Order: sequence, then structure tokens, then C-alpha cells
Amino acid sequence: MKFETIIGLEVHSELKTNSKIFCGCSTAFGAPPNTHTCPICLGHPGVLPVLNQRAVDYAIKAAVALNCEIAEETKFDRKNYFYPDNPKAYQISQFDKPVGENGWIEIEVDGYKKRIGITRIHLEEDAGKLTHDDYDDASLVDFNRVGTPLIEIVSEPDIRTPNEAYAYLEKLKAILQYTEVSDCKMEEGSLRCDANISLRPAGQEEFGTKAELKNLNSFTNVQKGLTFEEKRQAEVLLSGGEILQETRRWNEEKKETILMRIKEGSDDYRYFPEPDLVNLYIDHEWIERVREGIPELPDARKQRYINEWNIPAYDAGVLTQTKAMADFFEESVAVGADAKQAANWLMGEVNAYLNSEGIEIEEIKMTPNGLAGMIKLIEDGTISGKIAKKVFNEMMKNGGEAKQIVEDKGLVQISDEGQLKAIVDNILDNNQQSIEDFKNGKDKAFGFLVGQAMKETKGKANPQVINKLIKEGLESR
Amino acid sequence: MSFYDETLSSLHTKIKNKEVTITELTEQSFKRIKETDDKIHAFLTLDEERALAKARELDEQEADNLFFGIPAGIKDNIVTKGLRTTCGSQLLDNFEPVHDATVMNRLNEKNVVTVGKLNMDEFAMGSSNENSGYVTARNPWNTDHVPGGSSGGSAAAVAAGQVPFTLGSDTGGSIRQPASFCGVVGLKPTYGRVSRFGLVAFASSLDQIGPITRTVEDNAYVLQQIAGHDQLDSTSANMEVADYTSALNQDISGLRIAVPKEYLGEGVDEGVKARIQEALAKLEELGASWEEVSLPNSKYAVAAYYLLASSEASANLARFDGVRYGVRKEGEDLLDLYKKSRSEGFGDEVKRRIMLGTFALSSGYYDAYYKKAQKVRTLIREDFEHVLNSFDVILGPTVPTTAFKVGENSNDPLTMYLKDILTIPVNLAGNPAISVPCGFSDGLPVGLQLIAKPFEERTLYKVAHAYERATEHTKVKPEL
Repeated sequence: MKFETIIGLEVHSELKTNSKIFCGCSTAFGAPPNTHTCPICLGHPGVLPVLNQRAVDYAIKAAVALNCEIAEETKFDRKNYFYPDNPKAYQISQFDKPVGENGWIEIEVDGYKKRIGITRIHLEEDAGKLTHDDYDDASLVDFNRVGTPLIEIVSEPDIRTPNEAYAYLEKLKAILQYTEVSDCKMEEGSLRCDANISLRPAGQEEFGTKAELKNLNSFTNVQKGLTFEEKRQAEVLLSGGEILQETRRWNEEKKETILMRIKEGSDDYRYFPEPDLVNLYIDHEWIERVREGIPELPDARKQRYINEWNIPAYDAGVLTQTKAMADFFEESVAVGADAKQAANWLMGEVNAYLNSEGIEIEEIKMTPNGLAGMIKLIEDGTISGKIAKKVFNEMMKNGGEAKQIVEDKGLVQISDEGQLKAIVDNILDNNQQSIEDFKNGKDKAFGFLVGQAMKETKGKANPQVINKLIKEGLESR
Repeated sequence: MSFYDETLSSLHTKIKNKEVTITELTEQSFKRIKETDDKIHAFLTLDEERALAKARELDEQEADNLFFGIPAGIKDNIVTKGLRTTCGSQLLDNFEPVHDATVMNRLNEKNVVTVGKLNMDEFAMGSSNENSGYVTARNPWNTDHVPGGSSGGSAAAVAAGQVPFTLGSDTGGSIRQPASFCGVVGLKPTYGRVSRFGLVAFASSLDQIGPITRTVEDNAYVLQQIAGHDQLDSTSANMEVADYTSALNQDISGLRIAVPKEYLGEGVDEGVKARIQEALAKLEELGASWEEVSLPNSKYAVAAYYLLASSEASANLARFDGVRYGVRKEGEDLLDLYKKSRSEGFGDEVKRRIMLGTFALSSGYYDAYYKKAQKVRTLIREDFEHVLNSFDVILGPTVPTTAFKVGENSNDPLTMYLKDILTIPVNLAGNPAISVPCGFSDGLPVGLQLIAKPFEERTLYKVAHAYERATEHTKVKPEL
């Protein structure tokens, strides 16, 4: 039997406001536990929430960028549940009137394009963070995070493969980062994802029973968890078994999903309108004001790179994946770098460096000006590609301008034929064997001689000139 | 000196003329509390040391406003920095707030001297003070009788001459009903007129803080001081505060009064009815006219109220788990700790309403209960709007009876709930209402309730003051 996989994703993303959604406490990450708190976010008796307007701006911004319809009238609701990370014993969220509904994201994956629907996007407050202390057999709670504004983005069950899920998350992250609504750092918890997955026999209309996957702490793990789950459910169904509505946890060490609990019916959170807040009316002007603040989004940028600079579609996609990368690229071109060359460096050397160091492009020392300067020096033959690597490494570590580095370190390429001819002649004189090998058809010998010349000049020789001189030298002997 | 013979302005004059020091005034308050509170039990916590220290400090300064150095009592569900705030609950027996309520800031900036915190039904749930987690406060007119509730301590303290004024809170009548039972003046402001920041929430969409005083004039002064927009309360109205004192000493000729037939019908004691009719006659003498009207949806108010208020309360009281503040009862695990702290900390009435509210909000019942009650609330609001389009005030009794005996109704919550039939609709509609003394029935005070359009507290003070001037009711003192 053939199965069709149905996936829906729920993403929580922390908004980049300076203060919390209902009080003035800082949202900065990494402070000592329980220092960014006040009676309001701690839910002391008698306190009241006051909505942070900036959080609403950001939610509208995200909703507009995700092609949602924006609610003219929206409100907040209380979601009731007891848990130690939730000091009021209810979370202020949005139930039946979310900020945005009926949006979509376009993804491109495995050679096809597809729209994934977004059911809703709503605003809510984050909970505190629990740490379980194995030594003391205690649980510790840090309320710094409680009250951080969140948006929850719920996709339609339109996703059919783990690869589509991955592409959806990449695109969603890019849009949230471009709009500067969220940092989307999964390792800091500013982006979190739960996945719902079910299988149904191909051609069947009705959905199968779904499992909910939790603890998916990277996009790769979302993909892996879904792949595992797809296989597990198929095996259960093929062996005549039944899928139960359950919550499963991704175990990274074992690379499998593990049953957390079986859900019987749905949880009853007893939602009701939050009486401490007034209804929120979002008028056309507010939406337009927010829309004006939305920069060019990744798809539009990608298309522009293809049209304006003839960048291949794949490369344009990589360059626009993060706003920081795309900005770096465009600034480099703006200060004179050849677009194709700049793209090659960013996709190749820069990305490799970021991956090996495990850092973001915002953290490197090289400036767009530095990159552009280096590319110009290569083009006008001042430095070789090989020397460029040295200049590049220096700029990545310590910054500075390419031209200055080349001058300070004496890295200027030697292109003077007279100067190089003396060196080449000397090498040929001392390597009679190689000359004979070459004449006997061993092409390798040519490479050896070039290598000797480069070694002699500490890599500064212009390779084209060296090639030419060795060729001439060999012919004349 | 006795607070019975004084008003805020007469006390202020005496302070300014150095006829009395603030220390003497504060000592007088504590002296009276000590003389009477064994019988009345109005106070749960006294702050004597700090109050006297502040009084001595204020004696060194110029009395620059009407409230300067005036002793006051605060209902124990209004948070006071560093001063125990129990909400009448054992669960909060050890709770010392780290901040002041907005109303406290407004009083403190005028150098009011807080003498202590006042008894109440636990978390403001009750109409008799019998639900206090500590001790039942008593009615100063007859200590076998209840003072009313939930602000029973606030009304009894004023009636017993312990302090010149107190603050209470009113969710379904909790200021007006005890004011009526204790023969004092109590006002529930329009919803949103006074900041709720720092009022421990019972039912957030209904709760309002308001003043309890001996005279209408003092009431207007206190409201003037505590009313106004507060950035910390999103439901507080961003509207200018009217000049309430300018409503005093006005002529009321031409005033149009509506008397709902539902307010003088079945279940209203004959003695109460008689006092209300006398009051109407007095107001007619003063130039007002009246007509009978109908508030047809009032009969659904009690049912709607107990669904809505309990629903909100079930969420508002969920935070009291003994973990971060309040009294923690250790348990085997987290759930056990929650269960023990809440089971032992809360009293029966609070538990009853939490269960009722939790049930009403549950999936499958929400539409039938919570949502339907919201619709009833809209109809009740429309009833008031409709009547007040043609009339200046609605008039009736505050409560259908006078203060009942302690224990008389305590085994029958439903009968007790129904006694709030005349006050609850006003909270559901959000309008302002005042209860003023209008005489006695069998030796116990009767309260006259006046209801006006939203933000028309001025109208209430104008009528109530005219009535007070034309009668002697506020001049009678209980024998204690």
C-alpha cells in the first residue's frame, strides 16, 4: 500500500522587542536567573498586564510578510493550565481572533515550487524555563523568559515530505529575520517548532491519526524526526496496527522518536476573553504603516539578483537565505565588487569559514569594502588567487583593507617578465631531468617546474606569466 | 474628639489651626479601634507603629491638602507595600506585597495615614463577612447582625467611628450592600473610573474600588482623589475626571427619577419599602419627579453574574498555589503541593466558586453558560441605557432587607446570592451607583441606592447630597 504523508508545523518565534509583552522587563537573553522579573510578569496578586504596542507591530509585520489577512478587531484570551513555568496559571494568548489568518509561504524544494498555507498567526506570552537538577532532585525555574512576546505560526496540513518541512522552516526563518521581527535562534529558543504528522492511504480524502513531535531543536532534527516517524507509522499501518494520537519526543542520541504520552481527546484549556485587556482594533493605516517598514523579502531579492547580475538561481537562493548575507553581498557590489566574483567568494570561502568556525556572517571582521578591494586586486592582476586566500584569511580574522594588507605584507604579485625570466631560467638549468621528462611526454613535469617557480617567489609570481615563461623556456631547449 | 462629629474638611481645619495634631488624630483612631474592635472585628491587620511614626513626621510639616494626616483603613484586597495583605484568606496569611496599588499611591502622595487593613469575605466572595478566613466582622448597630460584605470591615469601621474613611471594592454590591447594612455612604464608581492596579482580582470585568464614608461630601472628596486614568490598568478610562465637589450643595428641582418596579416588588421587606417611599417623597419635595419603569432583564442578573464572576475568578485565583508567595503546604510531589495548599488555604465559598467557574468554562459547556451569560449582560446593560436615556437617576433600595443575623443564611448560599439582586445588575452594566442611609427598619439601617449613567458620578453626588442635607439619617450614631 502506498501512503501519503501529511505534515503540519507549529512554530513559536520570540519577537525582538526590548521589553516584555505585558510589562517593562528586559527580554535580553542570558541574564542570571530571575533578574529580569517584576511583580507583573511574576503574576503577583493585584497586577495587570499592559500590552506592548511594539509586539503588536511585529506580529502584524510578520503576518503581512506571510501574506495573511489581518484582523480588524482582535483580542486576547486566557489559556488556563497549572504548571510551574506559568506563574499566573494562565497564559495570555489569542484564541478565536488571531492577528493574522489565511497566509502562505512559497517554497522551492527538490526541483518544484509549492505554496504552503498558513492557518493563523497569533500573539502570546512565553512561559518561564524549567531546569531539572539531577543532583538535588529538584526543579529550578527561571522567570526571565516569562512574558517574552511570541508569535505562534500554524501551517495548514499542506506539507507532504520532510524535505518540504525543512524548506518551509528555512523560508519562514528567512522572512522573520528579513522583517527583523525575530532573531530565530533555535539554540537560544527564540524559534521553536512542533510537528504534526499522519499518514493516509494514497487517494484517501480523510486524514489519518496524527502524532505530535516535540523537542525538535534544529531544522535538521525536524527533517530527521519526520523521516523517522513517516517510516514508523507506515510500518505500524502495514502490519495492521493502529496509530494512536500521541505526543512523541525526538531523541537526538538514539535518532528516534519516543512516546511521551497518549492523548485522549483534546486538552481543555478553558479559554475565555482576557478581561484585563481591551479589544485591539487594527485599522488600515496601522497595517500600511507596518507594511512600509517591511524590506524587500528573500524571493524578491533572489529574482533581482538573477535579473540584474545574472547570478544563477541556486546561488541567488543561497545568498538571500539570510538578510545579513544578502546585505553583505549587495554592499560589496555597491562598493565596486564584480557581482559574480562576490557571489562566488561568499558562497565558497566565506560560507566554508562560517561553517568551520560555527559563527554568523555578522560576526566576521571582513567588511564588504574589504571583499570588494580584494576582488579588484585579483582582477587587475595585483595579487594571484593564491595570495588572495592569504589576504582573505587576514581580513576574516582581523579586518582591514585588502590593498593595505597586500602592501604591508609585501604580497604584490610579480608580473615583471624580466624579473621572472631570470628565476625560470635558473630553475630550468637546475632541473635537466624534468626537461627530459617533459619532452618524453610526461606533462606532470611541467607542473613540477611551475611549482618550483612559485616556491622560489613565495607564491607571489603571476601564474600566467610563469606558465608562459616555462613554456617558452622548454621550447627553446 | 470623635470621628462621628467630623468631616474631612472639619478635620483639615483643625489640623491647620493646630487644634489637633496628626499624632493625636492617629492615636484617636487606634484608641477607638481598641475600644470597639473586640466586638466589631473590622480590622485584620493594624499598622500602628508605622502609622504613628508617619503621623509624627507629618506633624513637622505643613498640612497642604484635605487628606494630609487623615487616618484611613484599606480593604485587605488592595495591596499595600510591606503591609500584610490577606484578602481575608488563610492562604495569603503571610503575604507582604512588594508594591502599592495605584489607589494607595494616590492616597500616599497626599499623606493619608493608613492605620490598617480591613476584614472582608475571602477574596471578596460573600455578602455577610461570614466567609472571612479569620473572623466575622459585626454590624456596629447590632453586633448579632452581619455588617454585610464583602467590604464588611470597611463599612463597619466607618460606622463604628474608627476612621473617617475607608476603601472598599465592589464586584456585585460589595461596597453598597455593607454601606447599606451599616448606615454609611458607599459608592461603586463606573467600571474603569478608578484604577484596579493593585486590587487583587476577583472578577476583573466587574471589580471596582470605591470610597466608604459617613457623609456624601467626604465620599466625593475621596473619589476625587482616587479616580483617574492609570497607564498600568488598560481597562481604566482615559477620560478627564469630573469635579465631584462641584456637584455638592446643588438644587435638584427638575430631576427625573426612574423607579424600577422590579426594585420594589416581591422579596423586598416592608420596612425597606417604606423607607424608600419616604425618600422618594422627600426628593419630590425637593423638586424631583419620578416614574415607574422596568428593567426586565434584571431577573437574570444573579444567574449571569455567578457564571461570569465565577469564571473569571477560577482563572484569577489559579495563581494561588503556595509556591511563590502565600502559605505553602508541603506535598509528596508538585500536584500534591498544589492540592494541599489550595485545599487547606481556601475556604468553602471560594472553592465553590472556583468549581462553578471552572465548570462554566469547560469545553462543551462554555456556550451554554459563559457565552449565554455574556449575552444576558449585554441585555442588562441595554436595559439601563434605555431607562437612563429618559431619566437622570434610577432609584431603589440597595438591598431588599436590612442586615440579617450572623449564621441566619450561612447554610444556604443560594438565598444569600439572591439578596444581591439589586446591586449585581449595576456591576454587569458598568454604571456608577451609590448607597446612602435613608433611615431604619427595626433598629437597623436601610440604604437608598441611586444609579446613574456611566461616568455620571456627579449626578449621584448631587442627588445624594441634596437628600442628605434634607434629612438627618447620617447624624444618627450607633451605640457601642
